[in-house]
Amino acid sequence: MKELALMKGNEAIAEAAILAGTDAYFGYPITPQSEVLEYLALQKPEERTGMVVLQAESELAAINMVYGAAGTGKRVMTSSSSPGISLMQEGISYIAGAELPCLIVNVVRGGPGLGTIQPSQADYFQATKGGGHGDYHLIVLAPASVQEMADFVDLAYELAFKYRNPAMILSDGLIGQMMEKVELPPQKPRTSEFDQSWVITGKRPDRERNIITSLNLDPELQYEHNLKLKEKYNRMSEDVMFESLHCDDAEFLLVAYGSSARICQKVVAVARGRGQRLGLLRPQTLFPFPTDELARLAGKVKGIMAVELSTGQMVEDVKLAVNGRVPVYHYGMPGGKVHSPDDVLEAVEENFIGG
Amino acid sequence: MIKEENLVYRRTPLMTDATLSYCPGCGHGTVHRLIMEVVEEMGIQQDTIGISPVGCAVLAYDFMDVDFSEAAHGRAPAVATGIKRLWPDKFVFTYQGDGDLAAIGTAETIHACNRGENICIFFINNGIYGMTGGQMAPTTLEGMKSSTTPYGRDAMKMGPPFKITELIAQLPGTHYVTRHAVHKAGLVRKAKKAIRKAFEIQQEKKGLAFIEFLSNCNSGWKMTPNDSNQWLEEHMYPFYPLGDIKVDGKLVKDVCKDLMQKSPVTT
Ligand SMILES: Cc1ncc(C[n+]2csc(CCOP(=O)(O)OP(=O)(O)O)c2C)c(N)n1
Repeated sequence: MKELALMKGNEAIAEAAILAGTDAYFGYPITPQSEVLEYLALQKPEERTGMVVLQAESELAAINMVYGAAGTGKRVMTSSSSPGISLMQEGISYIAGAELPCLIVNVVRGGPGLGTIQPSQADYFQATKGGGHGDYHLIVLAPASVQEMADFVDLAYELAFKYRNPAMILSDGLIGQMMEKVELPPQKPRTSEFDQSWVITGKRPDRERNIITSLNLDPELQYEHNLKLKEKYNRMSEDVMFESLHCDDAEFLLVAYGSSARICQKVVAVARGRGQRLGLLRPQTLFPFPTDELARLAGKVKGIMAVELSTGQMVEDVKLAVNGRVPVYHYGMPGGKVHSPDDVLEAVEENFIGG
Repeated sequence: MIKEENLVYRRTPLMTDATLSYCPGCGHGTVHRLIMEVVEEMGIQQDTIGISPVGCAVLAYDFMDVDFSEAAHGRAPAVATGIKRLWPDKFVFTYQGDGDLAAIGTAETIHACNRGENICIFFINNGIYGMTGGQMAPTTLEGMKSSTTPYGRDAMKMGPPFKITELIAQLPGTHYVTRHAVHKAGLVRKAKKAIRKAFEIQQEKKGLAFIEFLSNCNSGWKMTPNDSNQWLEEHMYPFYPLGDIKVDGKLVKDVCKDLMQKSPVTT
């Protein structure tokens, strides 16, 4: 029998982390994601699976503990919310530069600055464009339900190890805090066998030394490294994931991810009831972004609207994919306010139907 | 032919063939060699992981023949924590300068010490930021000239020099805290014994071992190597006295008094 539970999104991430055989979690409390560390502490994962759980003195320390631990080739993760993720950017850049697999969870809240603890999708740029210094990208997964909060943990590790690249689950305070039914996967063993060709274990007589570093003082080497990374980021497009709702016969298209996609699902249902041919494309991966699918749909629809909890971030990627073929609009509430289906329907009327 | 028993010096097998990037006369290379000699003598190369800092020793992994992780500026103790928590039976050490350990990485240093992470921290105090061209470090003595204190460090403006070693010695997590120098043969022998002791403490899982090494920075101080060694003895010894501070988890000195000591004003 499948195990069903009623859980908060943050708890689902934490439980899924244990079940995914995570070897170590390092974190620092911040609303609206503190339940992750609290849940882990309560579960005694060191007894359940032997997983290491440590509350660091800061997000700076937490991400650098992740950097160190990821160098051992094991499954390691951290979680935080926007201001904490900002503090981690230096470490994330080093992890991307050193090509280490790991999982970073961002349960986004409103900003900039200390902002608000209410849900937001304003960290899209930071998550998908690099975030820290240098030429790099994270793999970015955007869950739209508590179920996906759980499912994406193992998926994130799989992708992180496939590409030796940090992966981020970009959630928000709404999905982190809401409770839903969730089907939990079976317990995976913790990492016992792994590719030792690059990890730090202590130098074995049968191999050269392994060094985890992002330093290439010689520009020729850094140039080669950047091109290699670029090639890797291009390859990731084979793992793009999205969900389509009534896209086939759509005259107008909404593009939304995460909690905003949940709202847009309702919008599409109401609009269809009114005889309007509205569709929804929901990216599940934000990097890689479903550029090809959007380009394809741009040839079929009359207009596209990105709906996100910000003043407009993902809309830029939508525009790049659409490349001017049809009008692209943005609608969305920033600052921790959440648009209702009626708000979005009004924007649909204004931009598509009446416009 | 020299007989085996008459050999007094040999190349350290665990130092790589790479040419050291340090200035002639600098203490970094000597400390590298001592750490590698101890790792070799204890037969633990296969289980040793080093963490290099940002600073002159950023390329330490080019010279020491063990697995390495290169940390961001100041974050080595956090990186070491991550590794050690997943490899509790391996030997993990950080190697850090004074800017790295006592300025930008102060929080990581203090909290790793407070948690009593079972690692070794090797700390090179040369009183200056060597790598970036001789700027003021937290350890720069009062009155000492650097490229960002061209008229000498003014404690009223920049605060007095910071004795982080005496500070962390007071934390229950540190088991062994000591200060050494490596510019003379006798001092080198003592320093090596301390390094051995630090690794043994880690082997016995007793807590954190912390060794500060005073080093000249002849190019940063703008002196000849010889003069810089003399300057080190004259000016750094009085404020950063050599010797054990904490042994077997017990303070062997009045560290509070040492912390309150006013820095002599050097010129
Ligand atoms: C975040 C960050 N800030 C600043 C620097 C520039 N930087 C490189 S080394 C260094 C100082 C290192 O001095 P210290 O730790 O005393 O080591 P030393 O070079 O003297 O051995 C600085 C400020 C950096 N690399 N990263």
